Amino acid sequence: MAISRGLPLEVGVAAPDLIVAKGVTSGYREKVVWRDADFAFGRGEFVAVIGPNGAGKTTLFRMLLGLQPALAGSIRILGAEPRRGNTRIGYVPQRHTIDSDTNIEAQELVRLGLSGKRWGFNPFGRSDQRAALDALEAVGATELARRPLGVLSGGELQRIFLAEALVSRPDILLLDEPLSNLDIRRETELLHLVNDVVRRRGVTALLIAHNINPLLPHLDKVMYIANGKVATGTPGKVLTSESLTSLYGIQVEVLRDPHGNVAIIGVEEHHGEGVDA
Amino acid sequence: MGGLLFGIDPNPVVDLEEMWRYQFMQHAFEAGTVIAILAGCTGYFVVLRRSAFTAHAFSEIGFAGAAAAVLLSVAPILGLLAGSILGGLGIAALGRRAANRDTQIGIVLAFSLGLGLLFISLYSGYETEAYSILFGEILGISSGAVELTVAACAAILAFLGFLYRPLLFASLDEEVAEAKGMPMLFLGTAFMLIVAVAVSFSVQVTGVLLIFSLMVTPAATATYIARRPQRAIVISVAISLFAVWLGLFVAFFTPYPVSFFITAIVFGLYLAVRLVSGGLRWRVSRENVRG
Repeated sequence: MAISRGLPLEVGVAAPDLIVAKGVTSGYREKVVWRDADFAFGRGEFVAVIGPNGAGKTTLFRMLLGLQPALAGSIRILGAEPRRGNTRIGYVPQRHTIDSDTNIEAQELVRLGLSGKRWGFNPFGRSDQRAALDALEAVGATELARRPLGVLSGGELQRIFLAEALVSRPDILLLDEPLSNLDIRRETELLHLVNDVVRRRGVTALLIAHNINPLLPHLDKVMYIANGKVATGTPGKVLTSESLTSLYGIQVEVLRDPHGNVAIIGVEEHHGEGVDA
Repeated sequence: MGGLLFGIDPNPVVDLEEMWRYQFMQHAFEAGTVIAILAGCTGYFVVLRRSAFTAHAFSEIGFAGAAAAVLLSVAPILGLLAGSILGGLGIAALGRRAANRDTQIGIVLAFSLGLGLLFISLYSGYETEAYSILFGEILGISSGAVELTVAACAAILAFLGFLYRPLLFASLDEEVAEAKGMPMLFLGTAFMLIVAVAVSFSVQVTGVLLIFSLMVTPAATATYIARRPQRAIVISVAISLFAVWLGLFVAFFTPYPVSFFITAIVFGLYLAVRLVSGGLRWRVSRENVRG
């Protein structure tokens, strides 16, 4: 699926994929986390990255951010090798928090997402301020701009972090478990926001989550990482008993309830086997 | 009211003229002013990065250096700089996230204080020298030391200005800054060196033991007043300047030490700001409860 969504491209004209991986093996010298993964994501795709703890989801992000090399295979991101400090990638790390006594306005953090790399003493200019307010508006956090970071709730902070990642107008967003610590209502709200950004700005978003069900209404693709292997594709293709059973070589059951919610049974229990290099 | 309290004239112009007649007071004001500006700016990042303990450690490691300098008949400020910069490099090498860092710093600073005590006791002028390093002696600053202080503080201030945005980013959101390719080790090391130099010069005013009064209290007070870093830094500098100037002025007309007045002024301001901001918050929350 390389067809762009939400952009005024002619029907049937395939835009080049923003992220292309071929035969990628991920891990550290002592331990392979997953191997032989092929995947490609186009502009404006919303991708969920799911799988058990320790399966290598964050490792994937670290490779895309250029913080960790692939052990084998090739990754092209925006037509080039992954490199550290790529401003076209917005990133919200896992378990991201701010000290509760930080008495600094939220918009300061958002502006730093744009100007934090500039050396030399320069006070924040008007264009920085405009970009920050624009990013805050995109995540529905305009009214939080002047609130101190320390008093924001978990859901409000996630929106500020999202604005911080969006302020440099990136093409790719990497969100590492932004839904953890959010109640169901805030979870739904945040997912709507991310989906909005994906559709309106044509941003490709990869979002790591534990539970795929709240994401299903929005997703273009799912990346399922478990047991040293990676399955990528549309949810309808990947999340079936047949495809996961053939990928893992063990019986995997994908159950669906009448509301369309899915449960994957059989892989998590075997996690950790056959993973070592 | 006819009598003058400690010789202070009700007309401040008369007092200032009286004070300016003495060159040592001019020197003290010159050095005190640039030190207050540097300490006020650096202090904001010390508070933001929660490095207060580290700053204190620098001053005590610097104490050993200063005491060694006194023993070798070198200017104490050079020993202070050497000691605290060495300490800064060591602590930077440990990294910001190093576990048990507080413990390690505590162990080194206890040893440094002991070492300083040994050096001081080896020197015959034991008490006065130790006293002035521990509690500050800005009134005795030489004109050579003033020139060094002004030049070094200006240079460090310019360097801090150069680092301003990336340092703010790295202090507020370390993980994202790192992922964006900011040189975290360089920033951490550069900041430690800035703190080491700022502490060394501030020790001349407040002494090793009262270093927090310029490096921490003004900035901590400012963060309760302003929610924007640039404003908070301006307020932090203003508090430091006010404390140093008023402290020097009052100390000139009284028999008591400058550093006491500086600590008392910044502490008083801190308390006042905490009480007012606490009161405001209490009122806001009460109104919220009422609906």
